[in-house]
Amino acid sequence: MATHAIPAHDAHAEAYERPFLGTHSKKLGLWLFLLSDSLTFGTLLFTYTYSRISAGASWPTPFDAHSIVNATVMTAVLLSSSLTMVLGVRAAETGQLGRRRIWLAATMFFGVTFIVLHLREWQGLIAAGVTPSANPFGAAQFGGTFFTLTGMHMLHVTIGVLVLGIVAARRKYSANAVEVAGLYWHFVDLVWMFIFPLVYLLSAKVR
Amino acid sequence: MSVSPSFTHGAPTSFLRRYVFSTDHKVIGLQYIALAIVAVFVGMALSLLMRIHLVYPAAVLPWLGLIKPETYLALMTMHGTIMVFFVLTTAPQSGFGNYVLPLQIGAPDMAFPRLNMASFWTTFVAFVVLLAAFFVTGGAPGVGWTAYPPLSAILGAAPGNGLGMDLWILSIALFCAGSLMGAINFITTVLDMRARGMTMMRLPLTVWGWFTTAVIALLAFGVLLAAGILLLCDRRLGTSFFVPGGLVISGEPSTHSGGSPILWQHLFWFFGHPEVYIAILPIMGIASQIISTFSRKPIFGYKAMVSAMLAIGFLGFIVWGHHMFMSGMSPYSAFVFSLLTMVIGVPSAIKTFNWLGTMWGGKLRLEPPMLYAIGFISFFVSGGVTGPILAQPATDTHLHDTAFVVGHFHIIMGVATIFGMFAATHFWFPKMFGRQMNVTLARIHFWLTFIGAYCIFMPMHWLGMAGEPRRYSQLTELEYLKPLMGVQQFVTAAAVVTIAAQFIFLVNLLWSLWRGKKETNPNPWECTTLEWTTLNPPPHDNFGGVVPVVHHGPYEFSVPGAARDFVMQTEPASTSAASN
Repeated sequence: MATHAIPAHDAHAEAYERPFLGTHSKKLGLWLFLLSDSLTFGTLLFTYTYSRISAGASWPTPFDAHSIVNATVMTAVLLSSSLTMVLGVRAAETGQLGRRRIWLAATMFFGVTFIVLHLREWQGLIAAGVTPSANPFGAAQFGGTFFTLTGMHMLHVTIGVLVLGIVAARRKYSANAVEVAGLYWHFVDLVWMFIFPLVYLLSAKVR
Repeated sequence: MSVSPSFTHGAPTSFLRRYVFSTDHKVIGLQYIALAIVAVFVGMALSLLMRIHLVYPAAVLPWLGLIKPETYLALMTMHGTIMVFFVLTTAPQSGFGNYVLPLQIGAPDMAFPRLNMASFWTTFVAFVVLLAAFFVTGGAPGVGWTAYPPLSAILGAAPGNGLGMDLWILSIALFCAGSLMGAINFITTVLDMRARGMTMMRLPLTVWGWFTTAVIALLAFGVLLAAGILLLCDRRLGTSFFVPGGLVISGEPSTHSGGSPILWQHLFWFFGHPEVYIAILPIMGIASQIISTFSRKPIFGYKAMVSAMLAIGFLGFIVWGHHMFMSGMSPYSAFVFSLLTMVIGVPSAIKTFNWLGTMWGGKLRLEPPMLYAIGFISFFVSGGVTGPILAQPATDTHLHDTAFVVGHFHIIMGVATIFGMFAATHFWFPKMFGRQMNVTLARIHFWLTFIGAYCIFMPMHWLGMAGEPRRYSQLTELEYLKPLMGVQQFVTAAAVVTIAAQFIFLVNLLWSLWRGKKETNPNPWECTTLEWTTLNPPPHDNFGGVVPVVHHGPYEFSVPGAARDFVMQTEPASTSAASN
């Protein structure tokens, strides 16, 4: 019994069967949420792929070198945020209140930077005539899939920044809450790792 | 029974926190069941109007007047949507599952009580939003519960395609969110909150049913949610995911181009087929529980039953293409989907034979829950055998979109599931309210509904084979169907009688709530699972400050050498020779 007792839940461990994989319930709940969310993103990615294959040669490749560099910087920013998130989780686990706040703030900073860079890119595309319903480069579905996929992702990043803000602001906190927020953050980061090659690199303008 | 202390929150005292915004899984379960009962009567009223219209298309009804074709389509859409989502998905899983699952695993509540409350109220708002579609300009949408584009994607295409259609999508999106929250809660509760000794292979089959269903719901509803958002984009943001080019609507060329209606069908049925199992898997669990208890025999093949459920859950995700044989599918794809669909017959047959094997040679107690459970098996078999007929592209080409399909899915998904719900209601009523339901009324209701439902849906198979199309409002105008008008009238008459019989159930339910025979015995059915060890109704924390300890599997009936013909899961191991 003692081998799988969960800290602060010793009595719980006595009365109940060992939790699944020995994890905290909230962590398991978040993993399940991520599973369903990956199906939601999967649907959007499937729609993108289906539309692109249906459109054939009329699918546009409008992302020039400048856009690709911008998207690469965004990717680097998001990857850095995952690193600071890991450091934040470790600080929370070792009980370093100040460091935890610093790393969470850094993660939020990278998150906001990503959103700002992304919105500027959206602005440029909209100025070039790309809307959800049409674009001057080719198949109309390019705009539709681009804005729904990246829009859904940006919504997730925004929610992540807000959640991190709440977690960081709390004076009393549990390391679990930070860890769970971190899991979500890494997932959002991971989704971008699908969007970046599929949407950007495969639509790069190659001279 | 040996006990351990329980660690839970105290019972709330204010009315609002106790009965309305409650976090108690038992209250939430009853809220879901109440919602489903309201929904089922609304859905039934709509089907009655449809049946009357099919036989008397010129009838002028009180309040409604003449039913126009577009009104008929709206009735059909709302009937399907209400029944599938707010009855068949809501009651077996969220209703009975919420109430019974924590009790059966020895937990004081669900893993996330506040999330549980949120999922109920999200579902409630979804229902209100759906009903609101009736009252907006243009009325409810007429696109069917499958909402196929391009019809559903284009605003001006039909009267209900304005705000009514938007409300429909919003309602479904909310329902998806509520169901996803529920699924997360169910899975976490089963994995993390089982009392000591309640290993996975000692779970009652009901819990396996709810657990498998939650896994399916977790993977299916996210897809429908995303598809709904895309459909809304097509309608309001001018995107063309699902709308092809070159359409002319009411004389005006559509601005959409390049989309694919088939894409919607893929996304919808990737959710839609598993949805069938979301409705029926909990009922399979409930039927197993009841049939074992009332046959006084262990369930035949516990492990096979668990494996069959998991197999059905898995196969349910790879057969969606059988809804699309007529959508221009490659014959090779159709062959694969057809074969995979037939494979589902194997675990389904395992379950059926195991239920029959459990009853074989048992000391049957034909109490109302058992009657309804046997009724469920009957409809499950009758609806099941027409499945392989529709699963073959060759026969489906003829039967697709006919009344045959309507008869098939109403029997297997509708009536079989509803009979499971009747069984569950009669079975757990004494636990929920400390009173028994009236047995005579239950018997009358059972026979009327059993015969009535067959009289409604069996003739539909024949009508379908004769070529009667589904979703048509004016069947009297078709020359080749005129000789079959008598069958149509028979179906409508059967529907009137069967729907009237449902008021017997309603009266029995309401009367028994206040006037039913008091039941103070915590285990009136002499069942073995944990919910029967606690009071009627169970206290706020379920087991009165203790956590039960489990020593036995769930279906130890007629164990040789045992003092009684059943061994409770909580009885110490020494009382039974067959303990493990």
